[in-house]
Amino acid sequence: MIAPGPEVSPSRRPSKINVRVLRQDGPGTPPYWERHQVDYEPDMNVISVLQKIAAQATTFDGKKVSPVAWDCGCLEEVCGSCTMVINGRVRQSCSALVDRLLEDNPEEIQLQPMTKFPVVRDLMIDRSRLFHSLKRVQAWVPVDSYFDMGAGPRIPREDQEQNYPLSQCMSCGCCLEACPQFNKVEVIRHAGETDEAFDARKKQAYDAEFIGPHAISQAMLFNSHPVGKNLQKERLETLTGTGGIQACGNAQNCVAVCPKEIPLTTSIARAGRAATLHTIKKLFDR
Amino acid sequence: MANNRVLVVGGGLAGLSATMKLAELGVAVDLLSLTPVKRSHSVCAQGGINSVNDQTRQQGDNEWNHFDDTIYGGDFLQNQPPVKEMAYWAPKVIDLMDRLGVTFNRTPEGYIDRRRFGGTLYKRTAFAGATTGQQLLYALDEQVRRWEVEGLVKKYEFWDFLGPILDDNGRCVGAVAQDMVSMEIRSFAADAVVVATGGCGLIYGRSTMSVFCTGSAASRCFQAGAKYGNGEFIQVHPTAIPGADKLRLMSESARGEGGRVWVPRKPNDTRAPKQIPASERYFFLEERFPKYGNLVPRDIATREIFNICVNEGLSVDPTRMCVYLDLTHIPRHELDRKLGGILEIYEKFQGVDPREEPMKIFPAVHYSMGGLWVDYEANGEGGLLPGSPRNQSTNVPGLYAIGECDYQYHGANRLGANSLLSCIFSGLFVGPGIVNWMKSNKAAADLPKSIFERAVGEHTARHKKLLSNASGTGENPYLLHQELGDIMTRTATVVRYNNQLTEAYEKVSAMVERSQRCSLADTGNWTNQNVIFTKSLQDMIPIAQCILKGALMRDESRGAHFKPDFCMPSLQATDPTERRLEAEKWCDAFEENTSKFLKSSVCSWKGQEPDLVFEDIDTRLMKPRPRLYGLVGGEVIEEVWKQRSRSKEESAPSKPAATKQLAGSV
Repeated sequence: MIAPGPEVSPSRRPSKINVRVLRQDGPGTPPYWERHQVDYEPDMNVISVLQKIAAQATTFDGKKVSPVAWDCGCLEEVCGSCTMVINGRVRQSCSALVDRLLEDNPEEIQLQPMTKFPVVRDLMIDRSRLFHSLKRVQAWVPVDSYFDMGAGPRIPREDQEQNYPLSQCMSCGCCLEACPQFNKVEVIRHAGETDEAFDARKKQAYDAEFIGPHAISQAMLFNSHPVGKNLQKERLETLTGTGGIQACGNAQNCVAVCPKEIPLTTSIARAGRAATLHTIKKLFDR
Repeated sequence: MANNRVLVVGGGLAGLSATMKLAELGVAVDLLSLTPVKRSHSVCAQGGINSVNDQTRQQGDNEWNHFDDTIYGGDFLQNQPPVKEMAYWAPKVIDLMDRLGVTFNRTPEGYIDRRRFGGTLYKRTAFAGATTGQQLLYALDEQVRRWEVEGLVKKYEFWDFLGPILDDNGRCVGAVAQDMVSMEIRSFAADAVVVATGGCGLIYGRSTMSVFCTGSAASRCFQAGAKYGNGEFIQVHPTAIPGADKLRLMSESARGEGGRVWVPRKPNDTRAPKQIPASERYFFLEERFPKYGNLVPRDIATREIFNICVNEGLSVDPTRMCVYLDLTHIPRHELDRKLGGILEIYEKFQGVDPREEPMKIFPAVHYSMGGLWVDYEANGEGGLLPGSPRNQSTNVPGLYAIGECDYQYHGANRLGANSLLSCIFSGLFVGPGIVNWMKSNKAAADLPKSIFERAVGEHTARHKKLLSNASGTGENPYLLHQELGDIMTRTATVVRYNNQLTEAYEKVSAMVERSQRCSLADTGNWTNQNVIFTKSLQDMIPIAQCILKGALMRDESRGAHFKPDFCMPSLQATDPTERRLEAEKWCDAFEENTSKFLKSSVCSWKGQEPDLVFEDIDTRLMKPRPRLYGLVGGEVIEEVWKQRSRSKEESAPSKPAATKQLAGSV
């Protein structure tokens, strides 16, 4: 608040930082690289670099440009907004510390939008598909009402400790960016198309594709809740349907990039077993 | 209610709980937010949520005590009925969140585990690791998604609320908003508008708040005629991690789980913290506040940390101000289970493991106790009348405010783990009142189109004017924002002086005009974040004026508002008789100050600056008493005060509230 930041360490720090940003003016327009330069300060992260770029709105060779658009929120890696590809790796830009990035590559910092989602502008992407997947697996507890009905069921500590990590998923999309089976779906709006028609077309396109590791993990979270599991069958129907668990190629990239270290592959394995049982049970129930 | 629609602005805990409750009541809701609602600032809340519970109850706790702690901690600056209702609802709120699947930490037997938070002696706080806000928000987000699938909720994410629409009678009948992607400006007809847009930390430049907590939505309501209350009460959290872009919160739960705040007794001690023996460590909170220790209310802890660094020169770092927050005596697995989330934040951003090394922390702007003025209707027991359309209503009929952006629950200082409660409670409670409000009014959708077209026209004109400011000649909005943040942080945080506030008020008032001359680096009409930010900057200024004006006019010290030139001193005398006499005088001065300043500051917008009046506070349940945490001579003052209260009671024996007052006193 009132305290100044720590003084610049006496060791050799650059006076300037070079930043290369992959920009795009809007959907369907070609992307292009742009170079920026900002003053180095101690304790910077990629957010503070982007804030400086916005304030100066000038490229490294003096050309006036519009500020780079990007998405951010909490700046402490719990909201999931500021995901992008930094020096080739998908991560949150708030926790990407400049000193570390410069240790890996002192020449420049490279910023790109995520590649699996449609670009809105520059580093802003449209992740509505990610949230749509949560609808597909009905990721909620189907309570009767919000009236006062007393406490919920008692939960063993062991169960809480298994579920809490899954519940920390902040819908950032890192796992989807890294997943070889999750491919970009971009639905372009037709001229004159109504909101409703456009939404319906998007829904149809999303429903035909892989649901993604984050949603599989959420399905497992709710299937292990005493009341959440009332929708177990419906969730397993989704997971055994189009774009469900069989689309997973077991590359295990998801778990490697998850910033919250959620055991996604464990969830996927559990979902696989549950889906198999569900399918067999359906055969016998016929 | 087929034709009724409600517009909820903001998708944090308050907005989402209001949305799901309204949907359950059969009302269609448009939910508008600057960000996907799952990313709202409530995710940053760490420590927990308070309620009396089975365990504390058997230790002598009850709802009334929670109410008392909240009022006493807030230095009596709250109207009491809403706070009482909230405290009595608290166990029900936690039960509901439990049913919705929140992964609260559990005891070995499977009950919800609790920890102690500031300003209370009971373990009331339920928690989910150290990411309780995130977990509560997700549970509500999931329920709202369920209603979205049902078709009762329609989300408008990445939309900026530009202002309420008022009809010719001054009733709110909808709002104008802007799509932050396509930049389309359109109206939303609504039979009620609920503003749940959180705090205004960005006015201070850097704070613990998320980037969208600009206060601009509340400001837009304020400029349209809604009143703004107690703006000067800004909570500065005692423990945060300084950073270049943001000051990251280090939750009070770190102290709730046994974390200790200390500095070396010797100034400029260069030894590593672990090399300093216990006898040379100054645990200043524990020494000065033996009853509450490290868990004194936040305003007090903040002032002590500030004082130890600024006035006593005991900062632990030669290059900046900070103190140690030490967890290293607690077993690692215990820390991971209960505090994992916040320890990871420290580790990630500071590169130091707080399980091994004490953390370095310093206060930061954290929460706005003040906000939009809202009404209430009390019931016979001094709580709220459920279903009254007046509850949570601003002075603009049809415009409601809930959560951090209302001024109603926390008075002069908020207790830790009460904010999540006030957000969810006000969100759930507002629903039935709105339903009743809508029954008595003509549906907004049936009003003449011209009302809505006119409002859209005004906002379109403002937008176009800003885009047409010649580039490069006017103010740079980002630099102007920095300037505003610097002024506010310097003059209106922990310690306040009238000469500084006067100067700040003049400078900030000049920004009303300066901000109109901002020139933009982006004049396009696609995802233009530059123009959205500039508009929010323009709207930060009226709220900054409310904060400064309130601080200036309030010549006293109360909770988070501290003026060294106007504060109640400790007792000096050592002789018991003299000390007693001094305490009598102290109580006289306290009573005089109470009659003068135990009032809400309420601002109305007058075009260029706010007009401020002081408004009486409803203390029907509990008479104000001195707030004496750690004050030297406090025990004598308390004794004198109790005698006075008793003799007053005897002279007026018929008041039922008076007995409750005694029951509630510490």
